[in-house]
Amino acid sequence: MMIGCDQRRRLVDAVAQRVIACADELTELDRAIGDGDHGINMRRGFEAVLAELDTIAKQGLGDSLRAVGTTLVMKVGGASGPLYGTLFMTLGKSLSNEISREHVANAFGVAIEAVKLRGRSDVGQKTMLDVLAPVLAELRQDGGDLPARLRATAGAAAAATVPMRATRGRASFLGERSIGHMDPGARSSALIIDAIADVMEEWA
Amino acid sequence: MGVSANVGIVIVSHSPDVARGTASMVEQMVGREVPLGWCGGDPGGGLGTSVEAILKAIEAAWSERGVAILVDLGGAETNSEMAIEMLPEARRGRVVVCNAPIVEGVVMAATEAASGAPLDAVRRTAEELMPA
Repeated sequence: MMIGCDQRRRLVDAVAQRVIACADELTELDRAIGDGDHGINMRRGFEAVLAELDTIAKQGLGDSLRAVGTTLVMKVGGASGPLYGTLFMTLGKSLSNEISREHVANAFGVAIEAVKLRGRSDVGQKTMLDVLAPVLAELRQDGGDLPARLRATAGAAAAATVPMRATRGRASFLGERSIGHMDPGARSSALIIDAIADVMEEWA
Repeated sequence: MGVSANVGIVIVSHSPDVARGTASMVEQMVGREVPLGWCGGDPGGGLGTSVEAILKAIEAAWSERGVAILVDLGGAETNSEMAIEMLPEARRGRVVVCNAPIVEGVVMAATEAASGAPLDAVRRTAEELMPA
């Protein structure tokens, strides 16, 4: 399908609004096993994205995703800035306005690898990767009702970080005590996927 | 800026107080012959780090012989690595993040830098502080 200016605006706006709306919840999760600023940082970053929304949406999909990434890098503040920044910037490098499920899956795969490198992290360490990787696997599956499948996968994957022990990021300082809490980065990733799934349903 | 014969040092802390305090320790213990940049705090003024501020600190400490960055916690390291990637290509390869405790690392690195040592040696001296 073709992603025009209105669609880019809707997509970026929906993601930003969802993260901002849930900022307090993210901060609450981060207070339990991190340094209690994930929601504050993500809100600052996505508010900066919304402030630039007109300029961002005017560019092609690749450039607009890159602009979202750069804004997050500059404005978020915590480690999530470079991590989400890298995700969006890398997605932007390989996507153009004409997209298909395969295109997006390939670009998403490359972007996840870039996030792994940036965070020197991998799946299973109680991070955002524990949501992104299963979402990618689902995205690679052909079949009906993709938005619902992505939403369900992301939600279940975020919930699955609760019993995990963190071995990367601030929560790893807590060792065993990180068990029993959802990872804030996994939750913010699930929120972003959820917002994208909503927009996909509007377009369906 | 840019004319020092010594490697520059950048301090990146989550706290502006820690960064400022560490910088004044260097000025007192090592002197001012090492180009020094520091930053602390997120873009909103809270505890955290900012890529924008790190880029400015690198600029302030810039030396053609390179710049060694000392960081405190995780986000400071990730943001510093991001900042390095956003530098002009000619500078990118001449900035390193040292794996060392921030206060001791900065003082050791600055001492080594003040002797005219190259970037590699400055980094190694700071990293000797880490348990193997």
